[in-house]
Amino acid sequence: MTFVRFAARRLAEMAATLLAASFVIFGAMYLAPGNPASFLLSGRSASPEALKAINDQYHLNDPFWEQYLRWLGQVLHGDFGRSIEYRTPVSTLLAARLPTTLLLVAMALVLVVTVGLALGWIGAVRGGATDGAILVGTTLAVGTPSFVAAVLLQGLFSVKLGWFPSSGSGAGFTQMLWHLTLPAIALALYLIGMLARVTRSAMLEAMGHEHVTVARSRGVPERQVIRRHVFRNTQGTVLTMGGLIVSTLLICTVLVETAFSVNGIGQLLDLSTTTKDFPVVQAISLIIVGIFMTVNLIVDLLLPLIDPRVALGTRGAGA
Amino acid sequence: MNTPTTVPTNVPTSAAANVPALDIQGLHLRLPGTARPVLAGVDLTVAARETVALVGESGSGKTLTSRSALRLLPLKATTQGAVRVAGEDVLTMNPDQLRRLRTHTAAMIFQDPRAAINPLRRVGDFLTESLRLNAGASAAEATARATRMLEAVGLSAGALRQYPGQLSGGMLQRVMIAAALMGDPALILADEPTTALDVTTQAEVVGLLDDLREQFGTGLLFVTHDLGLAAAISDRVYVMYAGRIAETGPADALFNRPRHPYTAALLNSTPRPEAPQGRLAAIEGQPPSIQEELTGCPFAPRCRFATEICTERMPEQLPVPDEPSHLVACHHSDQLAGSLIDA
Amino acid sequence: MTTELVRRPGLARIRLSRTKPGRSWLYLLCLGFLVLIVLLALLAPWLSPHDSNAVDLGNALAGPSGVHPLGVDGSGRDTASRLITGARTSLLGPLGVVLFSTVAGVAVGLAAGWRGGWLDSLLSRSTELIFAFPGLLLAILIVSIYGEGLTAPVVALGVAYLPYVSRLTRSLVLAERERPYVEAYRVQGHSGLQICLRHVLPNIAPVVLAQSTINFGYALIDLAGLSFLGLGVPALTPDWGRMVFDGETAIQSGYPLSAILPCVMIVLTVVAFNVVGERWADQVARRDR
Repeated sequence: MTFVRFAARRLAEMAATLLAASFVIFGAMYLAPGNPASFLLSGRSASPEALKAINDQYHLNDPFWEQYLRWLGQVLHGDFGRSIEYRTPVSTLLAARLPTTLLLVAMALVLVVTVGLALGWIGAVRGGATDGAILVGTTLAVGTPSFVAAVLLQGLFSVKLGWFPSSGSGAGFTQMLWHLTLPAIALALYLIGMLARVTRSAMLEAMGHEHVTVARSRGVPERQVIRRHVFRNTQGTVLTMGGLIVSTLLICTVLVETAFSVNGIGQLLDLSTTTKDFPVVQAISLIIVGIFMTVNLIVDLLLPLIDPRVALGTRGAGA
Repeated sequence: MNTPTTVPTNVPTSAAANVPALDIQGLHLRLPGTARPVLAGVDLTVAARETVALVGESGSGKTLTSRSALRLLPLKATTQGAVRVAGEDVLTMNPDQLRRLRTHTAAMIFQDPRAAINPLRRVGDFLTESLRLNAGASAAEATARATRMLEAVGLSAGALRQYPGQLSGGMLQRVMIAAALMGDPALILADEPTTALDVTTQAEVVGLLDDLREQFGTGLLFVTHDLGLAAAISDRVYVMYAGRIAETGPADALFNRPRHPYTAALLNSTPRPEAPQGRLAAIEGQPPSIQEELTGCPFAPRCRFATEICTERMPEQLPVPDEPSHLVACHHSDQLAGSLIDA
Repeated sequence: MTTELVRRPGLARIRLSRTKPGRSWLYLLCLGFLVLIVLLALLAPWLSPHDSNAVDLGNALAGPSGVHPLGVDGSGRDTASRLITGARTSLLGPLGVVLFSTVAGVAVGLAAGWRGGWLDSLLSRSTELIFAFPGLLLAILIVSIYGEGLTAPVVALGVAYLPYVSRLTRSLVLAERERPYVEAYRVQGHSGLQICLRHVLPNIAPVVLAQSTINFGYALIDLAGLSFLGLGVPALTPDWGRMVFDGETAIQSGYPLSAILPCVMIVLTVVAFNVVGERWADQVARRDR
């Protein structure tokens, strides 16, 4: 089918899934024991006036569908309701914290892509002891949750050596970069290991393909052979991991920002979960899912460009 | 590092008449962990403008022999002997010389064009890659030459912008041929170029190769397992068995008066329209495994003329009486003279 | 189309070694380590030198000594004991996740792959939806509703991992369905369910189990992360993730041992599960070739 039709279909699918996800996120409130009102208030004053106020504010006496649609409408306008804990609009809270998290995720993403791809390439091409070392390193990296990385990095480089600050996000761009260095590394470590291994394995497989030998037989320099025929052919596989990488980065900000006391969205998610500030939890969940789906969509749209066989329908579903 | 040279123009190379396109002398090739060499003393020549066929079963060493001309050998292989392409020994070249050889002097056409061309890059990229990256040619020059080569093989310039997946097998093989011609080589090696194609396309491709050889003045080494095809298109034929040349000579001599039992057996098992309608006689047995040591003739276990001397002593290549260019390595080559097999 | 894209690197894609057999000493080492950890967990009450919850504030953050071989944490509790006892919850949680996701995932995958048709569409679309949520997010969502405790997150993570198992099962079942023996049994009159349970299931079990072993590692990471946030196990239970949470301030004060040791345990255990699981996956893939 043509690209436009394909894009339209994917967009529709994404919208549908996003809608369903939003339904789940909204409806989760009703999973709680007791009624939604007392749940929303949980721990805080449960006086009849407070309950009534909550019921009115969140229209909890309306039929379920009305509530959902109203909530959905508000969300689409950027209104995520009010934080019960802070009594301010959730969007205000988010707006204040979003830039920090975005910067953190961006830094981590750069690390993941550059270091991950580089290690995978070097391991596949060099072989021998270098490859062995990279294998060991990446095996450890894949076994290291981001909070463990955070704690270890903090203990060593912050507390012991004092090279980086151990908390906060700093003011001003360069300050922020410095403050977010350790958190970004902690965030990226696991994914670097994973991307390196996938790249390495894909490159090893690609190196066995006939067209690589053919390129060599025509005198193309080895470096170019690797770049144009081995590495290039793995980019489809790497791209399909884009969604997974971004969503992992996003959710792990909860752990890393908490460890480093960075005032981003992740820390907010942790705080609001602990204080049962549900509207905030809902909002952040929705954002994370939304970004994940968007990245998947972009990946799907870019894939035919990277791998023309996808567009032609001549490629199998595997690497 | 990449010494820029001018892009070759469409003039047939006037190869010196006495410098063969390919001259292999005493080539031994050994792989680690094997009991006998994969190639045991191969002598083979291809003159300029000549089509030479190299025939053998799979495992005979024919592909390795052709690949040796480009030094496309397995990493751990050890070699002895000389492989001269247009006068220069490939086996002793340094990497720069080798790259130049592979770009300009010799080119290979591979068996399966779909596997041989990167499906993720355009056809134009494939064609011009070598000249752009090695010969310092500009994109425009390389593309112009690619267009001319495409026309020479009967494809339009539109193919340049297409992806391999959009072309048929036959068209892709023509692209391969065009690519082989890009560097204006003195020697073209065709490794079973028609096996992956259907019969009609086979004939077209073979005809095309022949025309181009004539037009561009290259030498052509055509590797195949099909003796009938080999005899039909080539000037001379080499028959290979277990890493050795069993028989060689002018095509019609080999086809009509084979003197090696293996050649005869190959002919017997090739369906021929004028032959009596008997069962297709497949050759019994298997070629010797690479782990087996050999003392005598490798074909002895499967040969109906074999005697004691055949398992004791390796036969030398000797000319057939009255045919100085027809050589055969068999203790009993006289057995076939005048037999039914002679056409 | 996205459904075809593998979200987690599929088993067949990761080639660890260039040579066929691979390094078996590493595999044996990891297997041995896992056995050791399981033994620690099972025999914890008899193996731990002290009561893991015995508080001794006067001795807080002391280093390793004869009495406390691995030191104490910020409340004076013996680290070694807490590590050993902590193995229990640290392993039990992921076990629950893996059991749930494997059993439920196989059931869903079998139903979808075997029956096909509308059931397949329904189940596939539903599990597609779960893919949209990272596992940890579902766990956090659940915890924000149900509060502290391990049950809810374990169920949530089980649900989050279900689609990976069900999709794998489904594609395996689809392939098995085409095999001649299935037709042969059908002709003999066996019911679909019988064929599924007695023949198809044992054939696909090794691959599924290999994947589940790897999932154990993921579950461990997610649950430990949850405990690190203070959202998983209740406050007083020793648990490796929780120990890191408790040790946070200790790190800031420069006495990181009580936090670093559980980190090490987590990494080693996850690595061990990955190595063992991938090796099994490799062996299964090779057997099938």
